[in-house]
Amino acid sequence: MIKKIAKDEWASGLSKLAKTYRLFGPVAERGPDGARTFHNFKALAPGELPDLDLGNTRLSAKSLVFPQSEAMFTYTLDEDRDDHHILKEVPADGMSRVAFGIRPCDAKALAMVRMNFDTPEYKDPYWLRLYEATTFVGLACDAPCPTCFCTSTECGPYHEEGLDLLLCAEGEGLLAKAITEKGERLLADAGWEEAADQDLGARKAAAEGCITSRIGTDQLAEGDLLDLHGADFWEDVAFACINCGTCTYLCPTCWCFDIQDEVFKQEGQRLRQWDSCMFPIFTVHTTGHNPRDTKTQRVRQRFMHKLKYFVDKYEKGIMCVGCGRCVRHCPVNIDIRKVADLMNRYTSDAAKAEQA
Amino acid sequence: MLTYIDEIRAASARLLQEGAVEMVVGFRQGSQPMMNEPCLIRRPEDVDTLVWDSHCGINLTNYLTNRKEKIAVIAKGCDARNIVTHIIENKIEREQLYILGVPCQGMVDKRQIAMRVAGEITEVGESDTEIRVQTTRGEIQTFAKAEVLQQNCTLCTHRNPVLYDALIAEAVSEQTVDRYTDVAAIEAMTIGERQQYFQDLFAPCIRCYACRNACPLCYCPTCFVDEAQPQWVGKGQDAVDVMTFHFLRAYHCAGRCTDCGACERACPVGINMRVLTKKLEKDCVNNFGWEAGLSPDVRPALDTFNLDDPDKLIK
Repeated sequence: MIKKIAKDEWASGLSKLAKTYRLFGPVAERGPDGARTFHNFKALAPGELPDLDLGNTRLSAKSLVFPQSEAMFTYTLDEDRDDHHILKEVPADGMSRVAFGIRPCDAKALAMVRMNFDTPEYKDPYWLRLYEATTFVGLACDAPCPTCFCTSTECGPYHEEGLDLLLCAEGEGLLAKAITEKGERLLADAGWEEAADQDLGARKAAAEGCITSRIGTDQLAEGDLLDLHGADFWEDVAFACINCGTCTYLCPTCWCFDIQDEVFKQEGQRLRQWDSCMFPIFTVHTTGHNPRDTKTQRVRQRFMHKLKYFVDKYEKGIMCVGCGRCVRHCPVNIDIRKVADLMNRYTSDAAKAEQA
Repeated sequence: MLTYIDEIRAASARLLQEGAVEMVVGFRQGSQPMMNEPCLIRRPEDVDTLVWDSHCGINLTNYLTNRKEKIAVIAKGCDARNIVTHIIENKIEREQLYILGVPCQGMVDKRQIAMRVAGEITEVGESDTEIRVQTTRGEIQTFAKAEVLQQNCTLCTHRNPVLYDALIAEAVSEQTVDRYTDVAAIEAMTIGERQQYFQDLFAPCIRCYACRNACPLCYCPTCFVDEAQPQWVGKGQDAVDVMTFHFLRAYHCAGRCTDCGACERACPVGINMRVLTKKLEKDCVNNFGWEAGLSPDVRPALDTFNLDDPDKLIK
């Protein structure tokens, strides 16, 4: 059932929700001259509305459940204290959260990242407690960017996977479609219960029609892993790369982290921080040996992980949702769409050569 | 400037054919509007993939570090000054290089243009004086190039390469500008205001190190931020750690930075960290009469002393 949210009900609903939930949403960063530059997800101040007038946030929604720096434990080195040298867990804040304005690509990415943090053998308590505490409210894309290729990644501008509720703009107000029980509860809690006599099918089709960028991935699963690893194009793909962390830090599906202890005087904390396979230090062994010592090896690792290793391991397509952030913000214009096509074509050429 | 590419391709093909160089470092057409991709050409038949326009702001000196081959490199004024610095610092030998010097009238700041148009930019064209962009809304907008240049280009006083083997076009006129009005404004702040200014400036930083890695000066095998024993700085998002990274990075560029703008251009969150390196540049000019990268035969300010230094300290 689709609900209708009038402009004034939006603000009043949010202030109702703020009593029981912590609210997050896209907020515009401002340049030195006060002009809006780009959006990122932030905790909303009392009375602040999420800014839904955006293409997409500069950083993905992953930080909502996987912060760039997160304290896991604290400890003291002060031997006068009984609990010295004992790790103490940092308690969760325990409050329910709502994250507004998540694009469907980022929502699918959350579901994908969950495959890493929530498995039958291992459950990551930090990721899961934030994930479970959050109601994810999506924002459908009626005007996708030229760099969006989500229809090639089993996603799309109205894709619902990973979301509890999907919003789309309707005149001055919004339409809301509950996808899960969590989403229905949120609608009730906010008092957004006026039914709309609409369905989103036509809008979905129109939005999908606006996606002009596509990639081919159909051959990737078939290809021989070692062949692809030894392909002749990696030096050329990697030449321009400066090995910064932009692609991996902006990516909604990159999930790697490092654990560091930081001590100030006698008080320490154990932090989990985002890490990046683009950094040489990512793979340095304690012996000093680095198995991925060159930038070509590191660039190849990133693309092989997203477009081959993940494909083979999970059999759920590629580890990319087509948000286009790495394409838009790579300082040297390395384009995953070009690399995906190179890899796909290489595999299909190899298959043809074998048949001939 | 739009005809530069013919000469760049002809010279590159000639050098590769004659065997004078093994490779050419230049730019190829990017996949994004207002972006080109640094590339390496080894065969004369591939020189047509080279491009040159107002979107070649990346500093190609970054791609020369520690290479052993004979290389032709396309160099703007700033790139040439960084090549000089590379030669002084033994990161490449002068004899390895054939420098194709490009007199430069500035590179376009794509973010400024993106901010000024509604919708997304899909196509870009240019004449000698104008940039024309088309958007997803079907609109076409035109900007005078001079109004949408990277800030470092508007302040550039060495647009012509200082070191080259061939200049691919006639030299352009040099600008006379006050390079340091923004630095002076920060110097005029109280300590409290300045601290707030830097906190705000670096608040969006995500520690991706694009600024460091786009910079030809940053070639240490292990950067101080990556050292574990001792660990000089925390790796997280603590504001003091973030500022420590930026301040120390800038100090490592003192007397070496050419204000090529690679750091600011590369930043995915639009931080103008150049205010730090410009302050150090200003101090070098005022205290030592030193500008980086003008001659391979003069030792840099921080690696020598001179009894004629304008500063009183040594007298």
